[in-house]
Amino acid sequence: LSTNPRTLLAALLLASAAPLAHAQDAGAMLGRNLAATCANCHGTNGVSKGEVASLAGLPADRIVATMAAFKSGTLPATVMHQIAKGYTDDQIKAMAAYFAAQKK
Amino acid sequence: MTKTTHPAPLTRRGLLAAGLAGAGLAGCGGMPAQSSSPSIGRVVVVGAGFGGATAARYLKMWGGNVDVTVVDRNAAFVSCPISNLVLGGHKQMADITVGYAGLRNLGIKVVQGEVTAVDAAARQVRLADGTRLPYDRLVLSPGVDFDAVPGLAAVENQVLHAWKAGPQTAALRRQLETMADGGVYALSIPKAPYRCPPGPYERMCMVASYFKQHKPRSKVLVLDANPEITSKKGLFEKAVNDHYKGIIEYRPNAELREVTGAQSAKLEFDDVRAQVLNVVPPQRAGDIARQAGLVNVNNRWVGVNWLTMESTAVPGIHVLGDATFPGPGMPKSGHMANQHGKVCAAAIIQLLKGQPVSTAPVVMNTCYSFVTATDVIHVASVHQYDATDKTFKPVPGSGGVSAAASAAEGRYALSWATNIWADMLG
Repeated sequence: LSTNPRTLLAALLLASAAPLAHAQDAGAMLGRNLAATCANCHGTNGVSKGEVASLAGLPADRIVATMAAFKSGTLPATVMHQIAKGYTDDQIKAMAAYFAAQKK
Repeated sequence: MTKTTHPAPLTRRGLLAAGLAGAGLAGCGGMPAQSSSPSIGRVVVVGAGFGGATAARYLKMWGGNVDVTVVDRNAAFVSCPISNLVLGGHKQMADITVGYAGLRNLGIKVVQGEVTAVDAAARQVRLADGTRLPYDRLVLSPGVDFDAVPGLAAVENQVLHAWKAGPQTAALRRQLETMADGGVYALSIPKAPYRCPPGPYERMCMVASYFKQHKPRSKVLVLDANPEITSKKGLFEKAVNDHYKGIIEYRPNAELREVTGAQSAKLEFDDVRAQVLNVVPPQRAGDIARQAGLVNVNNRWVGVNWLTMESTAVPGIHVLGDATFPGPGMPKSGHMANQHGKVCAAAIIQLLKGQPVSTAPVVMNTCYSFVTATDVIHVASVHQYDATDKTFKPVPGSGGVSAAASAAEGRYALSWATNIWADMLG
C-alpha cells in the first residue's frame, strides 16, 4: 500500500515528461496540502482566529514532537490524540515544515 | 483590512459582462493588482457553502491567476453547523451568517443567481436570468435536495425541515417560541445517509435545553427512521440521561410515512400529534447534479475520482461535499466538504497547468455537537487515499469520539466555527 502512491506518482511524472522542478514542487505542495487539512480548526495557513492554537511560525521540530506526544498518548488531548494517529511521520514532517515557514 | 471597491449591485447586464469577460481575454476586473500574468483558466463554482466557497478561496490562494466565478442563490452564507444553537435560543441568526465580501476581496466574482442548467458539451453554466458562464473546469457543490414526503407539500410552510440553514431555521425557532408550554415538538429523522449524521441528535438536545429552561412541561419526541442513534450514540444517550430525562422521548425504527396535517403525521403503526412538527426528509444530491447527468450511484449520489473530485460520469465537472457518494466512513459534513474543496482546488490548478495531481491526498473530519448550551462532544476521523481501491479510507487506530462531554470542547467547537468560516470565506 505504501509503495503504490510513489509508483503512481513516478508514472505520472514520466508520462508528463515533467522536469525535476515539478518533483520539487510536488514536495512543497505535499506539505501545503497536508497543512490545509488542519485549517478547519487551526486557521488558514495555521493562523487561528479562535481559541484553538495557531501553528503558523512554530518551529517544525516542536510541531513534530507535539504530534508524536499526541500519538503516543504522553500528551493528553480532547481530540488531537485521535487525529495525530491518522498521519504518517513523514506527513507530519512535511506539514510541520510548511507551518514553520508561515507568518504568525 | 483590505480596501476593495465592492462590485456594483449585480444587474443582468453586469452578469452578462461578467460572463463575457470570462469568455474573452484573460484579464478580468477585480483581480488583485499583482497578478498580471495571463489567467491559467476559468473555473465556475456553483454553490458557495462549505465545499464550493473553500474550493474558490483555495483556487485563488494556491492558483494565483485563475479566473474564479462563484454562483449561489443566496446573498450570504448561513451555516448549518451551529444553527441548532439558534433553535435552542443560544445563538442568533446573525451569529451563523457570513457575507461573501472576503471572497470578493480575493478577486473572486460572486454572482447571486439560480443555476438552471449545465451544458457540459459547450462547457457553460446557464442561470435563470439567461446569463451564460463559460468554464474550463466546473465545480458543483450543490448540497442535498429532499425526497417528496407524502402529504408534506400541502403544509410545507408549517412543517419545516430547517435542514438547510436560513429562513427555515429562524421560522422553526419562532414556532418553538410561540408553542405553549406543555406542547410536543416532534423531530422526524430520515434513514441514513443524510447530511450531518449527529445533527438530529444535537437538535433534540438543543430544543430540549430550551424547553428545560423555558417550557418545562413540554416534550421532545424523536422519530428516528434508523434502528438506533446513528452517531456518537453512547454520548447522546448519556446526555439525555444526564440532562433531559422526562423531556426527550426517543423512538427508533419510527419512519414517518405521511404528513397528515400541520401538526400530525402517520408512522407505520400509529399516528403522532405534535404542536411543532419538524420533518427532515430523505436526501439525495442537489437537483442540479441530476440535471447535469452526474448522479450515477444508487440513483441518488455522484461518484467522483477522489484524487481530483472530478465526476466519474462527466469530465470537467468536479463535485464536492454532501452530493458525493462517500468513501467508507466519510460523513456528509461541512467539515468534510471543506476538505473536498481543498483536494479539488489543488487538483484543478495542476490540471489547468498540465501537471500531475497529488497521488496521496488526505482528508479529515471533526464534527462537534452541543448537548447543552455549553457542553460538546465530538467525532473525528482521518482518511488517507488508498491507491489500490481508489478511495479514501479511515486510518485504522485513528479517530474516535469524546471521552465525555465538556465545556472545553464547547469552546473548541465555537473556535472551529470561527476558523472554518474564515477558511472558506476569508
